[in-house]
Amino acid sequence: MKSLAELQAIRDKTRNQVILRENNDNAIRVLVGMATCGIAAGARPVLAALVDEVAKRGLANVTVTQTGCIGICQFEPVIEVVAPGQEKVTYVHMTPEKAVRVVNNHLVNGNVVTEYTIGADSK
Amino acid sequence: MREISLNVMDIAQNSISAGANRITISVNEDSKTGCMTITVSDNGCGMTAGQVANATDPFFTTRTTRKVGLGVPLFKMEAEMTGGAFEIKSEKGIGTTVTANFMVSHVDMIPLGDINSTVLLLVTCNQDRDFIFHHSIDSREFTLDTRELRSALGDEVALNSPDVVEWIKSYLDEQTQLIKEETFR
Repeated sequence: MKSLAELQAIRDKTRNQVILRENNDNAIRVLVGMATCGIAAGARPVLAALVDEVAKRGLANVTVTQTGCIGICQFEPVIEVVAPGQEKVTYVHMTPEKAVRVVNNHLVNGNVVTEYTIGADSK
Repeated sequence: MREISLNVMDIAQNSISAGANRITISVNEDSKTGCMTITVSDNGCGMTAGQVANATDPFFTTRTTRKVGLGVPLFKMEAEMTGGAFEIKSEKGIGTTVTANFMVSHVDMIPLGDINSTVLLLVTCNQDRDFIFHHSIDSREFTLDTRELRSALGDEVALNSPDVVEWIKSYLDEQTQLIKEETFR
């Protein structure tokens, strides 16, 4: 059984690691469109895959958050990657599998997965 | 929507947009009456009586990006399709409560789906807000309250740190299993 006591153990264990997250200049933000259109198109499994993969790889500089409808409902599920000093990248028609690839190639190694971007999709 | 739990996520997003910092989601299943009641209530900015009256109209929205707002009307339709009911109560400056009743045995009933995934994502992606999730089946129930988690974790450890996410996930699965199992005994 999971108990609150276990959380206290986690607290003691992770206390030291957390300070790293606070002052980070190369923070990357990943926004997932979670309005009615996004959710209906399958954004929840995409968001779950992102949160999972980022946690699995321990990417302390990455924050995954939700955003509303950004107005391109026909391209949902949509995710945006915002990194300092770089142009915003918009990925469209995402799936959990594609999301994992974006984490690995883009967030970890810095290579934009061009074939999933809105530019490539509208051609 | 393929799952009611996706609607719950959608409705909870409205609470987030309303600036709520405490959102309560409850799912109550009653096998005797065959009724499932879902409530999402928040302490957000609330709505005026006029806005409440219009909220279920797909062509009414306070957003300026476009002219339609489908989240609430869809949820209402799905509840009423099963012979259930739908209600919004709201007071400006105090908050909003959305309640939907579903008759689960109806042929048009959409499955609840993965409600735990909805709760987990809402909790881990909205660090600055508190969520209270309550799930009951007849007399068995459990609650996840992020305020309790926070007090156990202290200020330094975030609710989205990997170990905590894992804990919440297992907790939800375990508790759901417990309240479901008894039903078939």
